[in-house]
Amino acid sequence: MLAFTLRRIVVSIPILLLSSFIVFVLVSTSGDPLEPLKVRQPPVPQQTLDAEAERLWLNDPLLARYVRWLGGLFQGDFGPSVISTQDIGDQIGTRFFVTLRLIALAMIIALVLAVIVGVVSAVKQYSITDYTATFVGFLFLSMPAFWLAILLKQAGIEFNLAVGDSVIYTIGEATPNFQGTFWERVADVAGHMVLPTISLALISYAAWSRYQRASMLEVMNADYIRLARAKGVPRRTVMVRHGLRNALIPLTTVTALDLASIISGAVVTERVFQWHGMGEFLLDSIATADVYATMAWLLVTAVVVILFNLIADLLYAVLDPRIRYA
Amino acid sequence: MPEPTTSTPSTGASTTATSTPPAGQKVAGAPPEREFTVAERSQLQLVLRRFLQHRLAVVSFVVLILLVLLAYVGGALWKYKFGEFTPDESEPPSWEHPFGTDSAGKDQFAQVLRGTQISLQIAVLVAIFSTVIGTLWGAVAGYFGGIVDTVMMRIADLILTLPLIAVAAMLAHNFGGTWWLISLVIAGLYWAYVSRVARGVVLSLREKEFIEAAKALGSSDWRIILRHLVPNALGSIIVNATILISVAILLETALSYLGFGVSVPDTSLGLLVSEAQTALSTRSWLFYFPGLFIILIALCINFIGDGLRDALDPQQTKVRR
Repeated sequence: MLAFTLRRIVVSIPILLLSSFIVFVLVSTSGDPLEPLKVRQPPVPQQTLDAEAERLWLNDPLLARYVRWLGGLFQGDFGPSVISTQDIGDQIGTRFFVTLRLIALAMIIALVLAVIVGVVSAVKQYSITDYTATFVGFLFLSMPAFWLAILLKQAGIEFNLAVGDSVIYTIGEATPNFQGTFWERVADVAGHMVLPTISLALISYAAWSRYQRASMLEVMNADYIRLARAKGVPRRTVMVRHGLRNALIPLTTVTALDLASIISGAVVTERVFQWHGMGEFLLDSIATADVYATMAWLLVTAVVVILFNLIADLLYAVLDPRIRYA
Repeated sequence: MPEPTTSTPSTGASTTATSTPPAGQKVAGAPPEREFTVAERSQLQLVLRRFLQHRLAVVSFVVLILLVLLAYVGGALWKYKFGEFTPDESEPPSWEHPFGTDSAGKDQFAQVLRGTQISLQIAVLVAIFSTVIGTLWGAVAGYFGGIVDTVMMRIADLILTLPLIAVAAMLAHNFGGTWWLISLVIAGLYWAYVSRVARGVVLSLREKEFIEAAKALGSSDWRIILRHLVPNALGSIIVNATILISVAILLETALSYLGFGVSVPDTSLGLLVSEAQTALSTRSWLFYFPGLFIILIALCINFIGDGLRDALDPQQTKVRR
């Protein structure tokens, strides 16, 4: 197991290096970071432009810039940002946890929802409940994340108007400059999380509930389930002890594989609710051709996704002893 | 597994005389004597029958055809063109403007039809490119195995590691805002998914007897891949590609919403939603109609994919029906 873990990590490193180089080239050639300075009126003096170019390493050839960036990483330096006052490492440090709490909570809610819906539709296969759940699942699968998010946001605004007080927070990840005790702060953050989390969870649960339904059906058709029933074990016990516990295993892999797409969903959701999270950071960085900021975002995300997949694979072996990583 | 008619040299053929003409005629030749008649059904008929039994998929297929007609024929016949300014500003839906107008007086119905065209065109282009590249990539990797497989699949993994929206936004920012460039960007990422599916199927097919037979007959590697492996893997690939297409449509709308997709003067459903976002309280019709069209298109394609899964790939559906 340890050997497997180490090998996976070692194999991931060349992938990360190669992909980082390709992405570096793509981002570096995607636009001129000095463009806003050059078109500014009145014109910016040439010295300022030269200084900016020097600060952003633009005078070095592409490969040299990449090597310098890579070298900086090992010293915890993400490179200079287009916004001269912005430190990329600091930004990522605070924004990462903002986005993490959205994604983590949404995933937990989505998983619970998926398991409940999947199991119920498997147990009541071809019933009205099953068909309804399937249809609703397909509906959320076909719904753009931003559309649902805007819809929920609008519902929140309408609700606030109807009540005459802002009960549901619809903008931002927390009240700016919030004054209060620790618990009031927690309540404030939690209040801001309600709508974005619901929106992201609803978009994500649908695919998982389909998997859960299929895997539950497969398990319930297995011989050992019939044996358990024949022994006289109550139906409910068979379903939970023998059925559900085994049917949950495939979901670990699916969840890990879908992490990247949930991050995509989070980027859009954050934009709708105007969160100052990783999503905003990425979109702003791309729009301003901020090479090192974009690279930092992609690097952090890639490491998280790779680690998460590794954990899922290891967990899979723990849950299903038939799987052995030699 | 769907068995194409071109590759049925079964195990029985090897024991008979070597002068036997290419197998496959055994089935089509003299019918065996039976007391009852058995009507012969082609592969296509079988698939079609199974597809037609999936009512929701058939309904979705009809709706999708209607949507295509509405978008292209309706778009050409409708009295307003997309991007055309009418004197009516911020009108709610009426007979004159079924989906209302925006604050500049553009007819939302014409805009939505144009957006639907874009979505459908992107769907087709992504489907063609990602399926062809992904299938070949996966089939070659799976067939040759070893180092070729490792390298090719690592490249595919590399694409799958990153959130698509980030890479797509970056590439789209790089290559700019026409619909066909956007679809090339999306296809350039989606083939990796298709290649995984294709490789998975090819890996199991590779060990089958008919591939061994083809090899023994001296077929070249390319012939085996293109004539024997790909046609047999096509069922699973088409099913997965269909579902990917709906994801691709959603990705394009998300990109346009974020400002990295199709840009003005052209329009797309995502862009329309994005423009309507600020005016949701006052001109809600601008927001609902493009969104409903996105859902309708994606939903139809998803249901068709579900039906195709039942029809083409019955093994995957042992839990359904």
